[in-house]
Amino acid sequence: MTDSLVWSIALPLSGAILSVLLPRAANGIGLASVLGSLAAALAVIWTVADQGPLTYAIGGWTPGLGIALRADGLSALLLLLSALVAVAASVYATAYFRQAEQRQRFWTLWLLLLSALHALFLAADLFNLYVTLELLGLSAAALTALSGQREALEAALRYLLLGLLGSLAFLAGVALLYTGYGSLDISTLTHRLSPGLTGWSAAALMTSGLLIKTALFPLHFWLPPAHANAPAPVSAILSALVVKAAFYLVLRLWLEPFASLSTPELVQMLGVLGAIAVIWGSWQALQAERLKLLAAYSTLAQIGYLFLFLPLILETSDETLRHAALGGLLLMALTHGLAKSALFLAAGVVQQHAGHDRIAELRGTAQALPATTFTLALAGVALIGLPPSGAFLGKWQLIAGALQAELWWMLGVVLAGSLLAAGYVFRLLGHAFGQARYPARSLSIGRQEIPALGLGLAATLLLGLFSAPVWSLLAGLAPAGGLNP
Amino acid sequence: MILDTQLLYGLVGIFLFSLGLSSAFASSALLRRILAINVAGAGLFLLLIAVAYRGPEINPDPLPHALVLTGIVVAFSATALALALVKRLRETDDD
Repeated sequence: MTDSLVWSIALPLSGAILSVLLPRAANGIGLASVLGSLAAALAVIWTVADQGPLTYAIGGWTPGLGIALRADGLSALLLLLSALVAVAASVYATAYFRQAEQRQRFWTLWLLLLSALHALFLAADLFNLYVTLELLGLSAAALTALSGQREALEAALRYLLLGLLGSLAFLAGVALLYTGYGSLDISTLTHRLSPGLTGWSAAALMTSGLLIKTALFPLHFWLPPAHANAPAPVSAILSALVVKAAFYLVLRLWLEPFASLSTPELVQMLGVLGAIAVIWGSWQALQAERLKLLAAYSTLAQIGYLFLFLPLILETSDETLRHAALGGLLLMALTHGLAKSALFLAAGVVQQHAGHDRIAELRGTAQALPATTFTLALAGVALIGLPPSGAFLGKWQLIAGALQAELWWMLGVVLAGSLLAAGYVFRLLGHAFGQARYPARSLSIGRQEIPALGLGLAATLLLGLFSAPVWSLLAGLAPAGGLNP
Repeated sequence: MILDTQLLYGLVGIFLFSLGLSSAFASSALLRRILAINVAGAGLFLLLIAVAYRGPEINPDPLPHALVLTGIVVAFSATALALALVKRLRETDDD
């Protein structure tokens, strides 16, 4: 079953190459490869749940010079999220692109992005992480520019250049770690790393590079234009998965190699930046005039929530508290991934139907597009964190953890963030449910509406009601105080 | 002497890296920022090559060399994409 690790990366990659060779069959090739990679992701998570973490050395080369893949509960869950969102967004994309040329370009870049994303979640050494980060950044920037409009080109260029700076900082940290500790393998480094100048500088460089890529306040300014100007399926995957991939790396690095370097002040600082991101992002989303901009600002806030969990996870010696908080964090990340992609896909339907996405002029949307408006509402429920969405359980864990750790300020942040989120969601729904005198009834566009609806339902019902496996998959992951106390 | 050469290469690498990074943040001209990022990358590669040196009799460590080769390919493609985007931006300005 360890082969499935390779398949989840190899299928989209070969799909990307085939879609260049056979541009007319791009839709079919694309769908077949994302479905195949979903099957591989399911096999990975099944095996991880059954037998524990998986490793695979590509071509039989020993790690060091060879490339190793590894999956534990954390990476398997994110891999499954990515494969699921990819299938929904791909089905949507088959009906979204009207021009043949744009569609062919989309599929090649899209499949490359997916294989980079899956390789990132499964990479077991730091240099492969650098390569996958760069591949991800390059394909994401090219996809952002797909429409060829001026705003999209500007946003893509800024996204690319900041991403390059981020990965350079990451690579500098990797070089320092290799110089100091003679290895790039994450688990070897976890045992070797000790507090000192080399470790500190490497951690600072790599973390700040990743914070640019995950758009944590105050390094967030590139995100709203890039996510709001990309085509709808691309925005969905950028907001739902690509920023989360950088967050996954921050979490992975501080849980494993950098665990011995973490100090209360540093972790608190990340938490405080997360808190500012929650408030600032939600406030900006409340002010946004366009639906896609609202969705992009809400992503900033949701990334903030993920950072709020870090003080609870990295600075506690209580194993149960840590495990509960880690599960809550993952549940927040998964719910946001599903809900935000549903929101962007639905926004794309609204935009194509109305010809714009100005929130104040969306009157009559509920009459014309009932299924899509329902999707917007479902995604909104998950973003606010109302029950039975997964985010409700995630926020519950956040509050419970904050009470136990006596971090009172977090309660205010969660409360204010949720109220602001309710504000921007209901403002959107208020306009969408406005009665138009002559509603423009649309014919069924099921291939676009159904995937978004499915993602919205998964975020609100599936994750909220059946979330216990998340915690059992994360059991035993990175015990408190790192592996070398 | 040997150690000094290695140290010199390493320090020059770090210097180039910081120079490129600060210039990339400071300047607003697009072409200049792309070049600055390339200078920073070159500095980093120089540092990695200096790290690989193990003395005149022993072969250098192959791993940093492999990293630098991969890094150069990545930097090359990234620069090409950035330049293509700048070119498209200029063309939309002309229209």
